[in-house]
Amino acid sequence: MQEAMINKAKQLLADGTVNRVIGWKKGEFVYDITPAIFETAEELDADFVYNEFTAANVSKYLVKESKKEGKILAFLKPCDTYSLNQLTKEHRVNRDNIYVVGIPGGPKLDAEKIKAKGITGITGIKNENYTLKIETVYGEQTMPFYEAISDKCASCKSKKHVTYDELIGEDGDVLESNRFDMVEKLENMTAQERYDFWRAELSKCIRCNACRNVCPACTCEKCVFDNPESGVENKAASNSFEENMFHIIRAFHVAGRCTDCGECSRVCPQNIPLHLLNRKFIKDINSLYGEYQAGEDTTTKAPLNAYTTDDCEASIVHERGVE
Amino acid sequence: MQVNDNKEFQPLIVAFCCNWCSYAGADLSGTNRLNYPTNVKIIRVPCSCRVNPMFILRAFQRGADGVILCGCHPGDCHYTSGNYFTRRRMTLLFSMLDFLGIERDRTRVEWVSAAEGAKFAATMNEFTEAVKKLGPNRRLEDLRCKKQ
Repeated sequence: MQEAMINKAKQLLADGTVNRVIGWKKGEFVYDITPAIFETAEELDADFVYNEFTAANVSKYLVKESKKEGKILAFLKPCDTYSLNQLTKEHRVNRDNIYVVGIPGGPKLDAEKIKAKGITGITGIKNENYTLKIETVYGEQTMPFYEAISDKCASCKSKKHVTYDELIGEDGDVLESNRFDMVEKLENMTAQERYDFWRAELSKCIRCNACRNVCPACTCEKCVFDNPESGVENKAASNSFEENMFHIIRAFHVAGRCTDCGECSRVCPQNIPLHLLNRKFIKDINSLYGEYQAGEDTTTKAPLNAYTTDDCEASIVHERGVE
Repeated sequence: MQVNDNKEFQPLIVAFCCNWCSYAGADLSGTNRLNYPTNVKIIRVPCSCRVNPMFILRAFQRGADGVILCGCHPGDCHYTSGNYFTRRRMTLLFSMLDFLGIERDRTRVEWVSAAEGAKFAATMNEFTEAVKKLGPNRRLEDLRCKKQ
């Protein structure tokens, strides 16, 4: 796959279709892979990687990149194309300046899950017939591939590319996913249990703002959380109110626009399941205002930008379920 | 507001009222000499859809025990459609508060027209009673904002 992508990138650079490429390169560790921009064939040969750890969604980088001179080639996984479509719909990217090559998604791995098995000092990881051969400074270890799959890929919603100029490999389909299972489980708890669950999770928050910075839907140039007048620009959430407020407002600001790409949870250094908040909004929107998948197309109105005269009243929240 | 141990708990209720209907409704209940509790503090907003979810959370932070949002009846919005957007937004916000385990009965949306002074007073009486039963807001309070 990596070979085919490098060749495609070189070809498009050579024939002048694009003048740069956004992809991924190795970071400090083998599993620590970061988005990067390549301008020459030599750079591509030297640094370009695509493997089980290239989980980062590069769509958000295109907000800035697509406003620069010349076209940029972006390799997008199916979930990333939803984000790009949503950004196109909101006029946040210049789609004409982007050449999208769709690549198959395939489950990505979560290095934290490997480390949780007590495997440390990782220097190399190979996938052989769905068994991971992990080279470490303490010798080689193995573990089943499926035990290391990231949560976001384990509940994949779609393998279909919703926008592309060209595809490498086959296009997939929208999947039946179990992504609302955990939301439902929480909904069935009592209010006290839910409160305890979220206090335990949200109190871990260090307000690094990584969830906001990585989110392809959070593209405001001036963010409410950076405004010193707002009283919430503190870098560390200093009490339970701020933790609650930051996460409620963060999720609310992307409600109806979140494509459920799962980046927020992936980058969280404290492993807070932030996607559950987004999924709760998606689930509510689906059940109250009709099925809606953000980023599926570039024309339909977002649920919070629209209304019908016979929408349910807010009291529906008070009426349903037991406390 | 002083909370004295010897006295019964008196909740602080913040009511966001839209300028065109509910604020006038509150005014009418006053001129009609209808009683509603002094716990209710009214904040006038141009339209119910002016209320950002942050306003509601902020009210709780600064010591409110209940927040009620009043606007024109659906279809009667002075700006044609503001309250329809409010309705969707607040439904989702209240549902999220509930999801986080924060008591859902501390928040409410009510449509009160300029002619419904009696409804305004009745709503406020009922809402204040409901919040009084729930007791002080603990799950969304900010201790730094409490007066000693």
